Amino acid sequence: MKTSTAYHCAAAFCLSILSVNQASAHWLYVSNEKDDTISIIDSETNEVINTLDVGERPRGVTISHDFTHLYICASDSDTVQVMRIADNRIVFELPSGEDPEQFALHPDNKHLYIANEDDAIATVVNIETRQVVAQIDVGVEPEGMAVSHDGRYAIVTSETSNMAHWIDTERQEIVANTLVDQRPRDAEFTLDDSELWVSSEIGGTVSIIDTESKEIKHTLNFEIPGISKDRIQPVGMELTTDGKLAFIALGPSNHVAVVDRSTLEVIEYVLVGRRVWHMVLTPEEDKLYTTNGVSGDVTVVDVASLKAEKTIKVGRYPWGVAVLPKEHIPQ
Amino acid sequence: MKVEHSTNIGRKEPAGAIAQRMGSWSLGQWIAGAAVLLLGSTNVLAQGALHVNILYVEQRIERPPVLSNLISWPEDAGLQGASLAIDDNNTTGKFLGQNYALESIVLEPGHLENEALEQIRQTLGAGPRLVVLNLPVELLKQVAALDEAQDDLLFNAQAPENTLRNADCSANLLHTVPSRGMLSDALAQFFTYRRWREVFLIEGNRDGDRAMATSVRRSLQKFGLPIVEDKMWIEDADMRRNASREVPVFTQARKYDVVLVADEDRDFSEFILYNTWLPRPVAGSAGLTPVGWSAVIEQWGAAQLQSRFGKLAMRDMTSRDYANWAAIRTIGEAVTRTESDDTQVLRDYILSSDFELAGFKGAPLSFRGWNGQLRQSIQLVHAHAVVASAPVEGFLHPVTELDTLGTDQAETLCEAFDF
Repeated sequence: MKTSTAYHCAAAFCLSILSVNQASAHWLYVSNEKDDTISIIDSETNEVINTLDVGERPRGVTISHDFTHLYICASDSDTVQVMRIADNRIVFELPSGEDPEQFALHPDNKHLYIANEDDAIATVVNIETRQVVAQIDVGVEPEGMAVSHDGRYAIVTSETSNMAHWIDTERQEIVANTLVDQRPRDAEFTLDDSELWVSSEIGGTVSIIDTESKEIKHTLNFEIPGISKDRIQPVGMELTTDGKLAFIALGPSNHVAVVDRSTLEVIEYVLVGRRVWHMVLTPEEDKLYTTNGVSGDVTVVDVASLKAEKTIKVGRYPWGVAVLPKEHIPQ
Repeated sequence: MKVEHSTNIGRKEPAGAIAQRMGSWSLGQWIAGAAVLLLGSTNVLAQGALHVNILYVEQRIERPPVLSNLISWPEDAGLQGASLAIDDNNTTGKFLGQNYALESIVLEPGHLENEALEQIRQTLGAGPRLVVLNLPVELLKQVAALDEAQDDLLFNAQAPENTLRNADCSANLLHTVPSRGMLSDALAQFFTYRRWREVFLIEGNRDGDRAMATSVRRSLQKFGLPIVEDKMWIEDADMRRNASREVPVFTQARKYDVVLVADEDRDFSEFILYNTWLPRPVAGSAGLTPVGWSAVIEQWGAAQLQSRFGKLAMRDMTSRDYANWAAIRTIGEAVTRTESDDTQVLRDYILSSDFELAGFKGAPLSFRGWNGQLRQSIQLVHAHAVVASAPVEGFLHPVTELDTLGTDQAETLCEAFDF
């Protein structure tokens, strides 16, 4: 591995920090789509402390609920790689179906729902047995994936069919479809699962869908002075657990919209890097990390002041980002 | 006259893929869907089935011989793009109780125009139809003017003539293929942006070349770029042997920033590159080329469309495939949103400001209400990369920057549309 030396140095450095200031920093795992690597950022120094070689065209990344493994959609390798966080080794690969782009982990920590973009299917994999449990036909170009916090529904958005498909996780079948605006990307449930938020990249909107009726109950629109409406393309979303704020990455407009969820008004547009794609909140929800695909960097946004604080250079075309809380960082 | 006439056109497809597609229509899903109550406007489930038949009409043309051995046009350009869009519509439609079928009429080259027209007339006579046309301009105009076509919704996926978007426009005819004006405006914007101000124009000897050169002159004038040399190509030059001798002499001039070649069949333009008197970039039909689509486009999620197309057609997707794909996806999107297959309802919706289509070219696609042209960005490409996308940053418009390309509302000569 080309980065092994760097890794050992970085690890030694981290250990010394940990011993002084016990685990004050989280780690952020950023997938670099065009470099076939994962960058690890330390949230204390906001610097890249390690770069790992992974499969081809890594996109979606997520961490297991017990914080021991990182799952990586290696799209062009047609596999989901499972990396052990303790030693950064790829310990096995999951059968994912072709061209996996994004996935979501069921609360049971066992079932992974994977969008297979090229094949118009969603694959459900049991991580323990490493077997495909089900393959479900969905619309053209499945993209966004979400599982409700109560585990009842898995959502797939299909970009060309413009739908959110509701999969009943008991039966592994579609039970409803909600038509949204053009090119739906990300899907997120609110903490109480009463609402599903779906961003539409080309439609330029976010649909807030009532879980009970599966109907759109509100549509968010965005407007940034001096930026053409065509460039405002909502992609990734993060909702705070206190129910107060929502962050919407607006792609090539290079801004993140901050929505007050009590009024559903945009209260701020934060300028970040170019073509902002996905985001993650730290466990305290005091900082937001955004991946900026075109500029090849990650922006740190302070949640209290809603100001961009720092830009961190990573690999080419950073895509996904996941956070490892400090108490789970390997010693 | 040889006519290929088939319904639900067959494609080269592995048996497994067909089985899988049939599997995707499984009853289980419909039943599962029906089990959920409360069907609403956005929560959509399979309800009353809607069968949408789309007619694909193509007049094949004999391409004149060209000098390079490497330049060829796939025989199924257009039809494969249409097939892919039918597949895309069906994948979406199965959740909505809609299905789409393609009926095709492909007329072989070398028969009389009135025979072709008669064949098309008979097909269009059977009630209102949704039709995608791949026809040369004269035949296209006659088809659009047929009495039998007045209740139809026609899409032009091939003819780039500017006149079709102006004086010769027709209310039942929309255009998904970019006009020549959109392509030449894209080049002129890029020249302006790069400050390639003085243009050496070479016009080929065929009809298409003449039309392209006319469009280019208009665009250069519109963006204030002077043509410092304007020359007709040497008709009998053998460029494969003699390019290095002919071209420098032909392009001898004191000053120019770029050479623009109008050679739509790509007969000689490839041989202009690197042979010009002054070391200058070449654009137009060779070098930097404006296109509606190209295999090199991979931004905006286009890589997915490219790979879906590659699996289906076993070749790269061309601009004509894209224009056919866009026409049939437009129909699919309009049927999905209006839950209707009535040509008038669809036309009204497609021309309204509510319509938009994600077309893998950045900004959403929509139609110009004053002449039925599909608004779309134009990519400036060379063999292996996208160089730029027009509208080029900085060219502004009060409504949408996409309308900086081609004929705008204020200047259109089209009167058939109520706008």
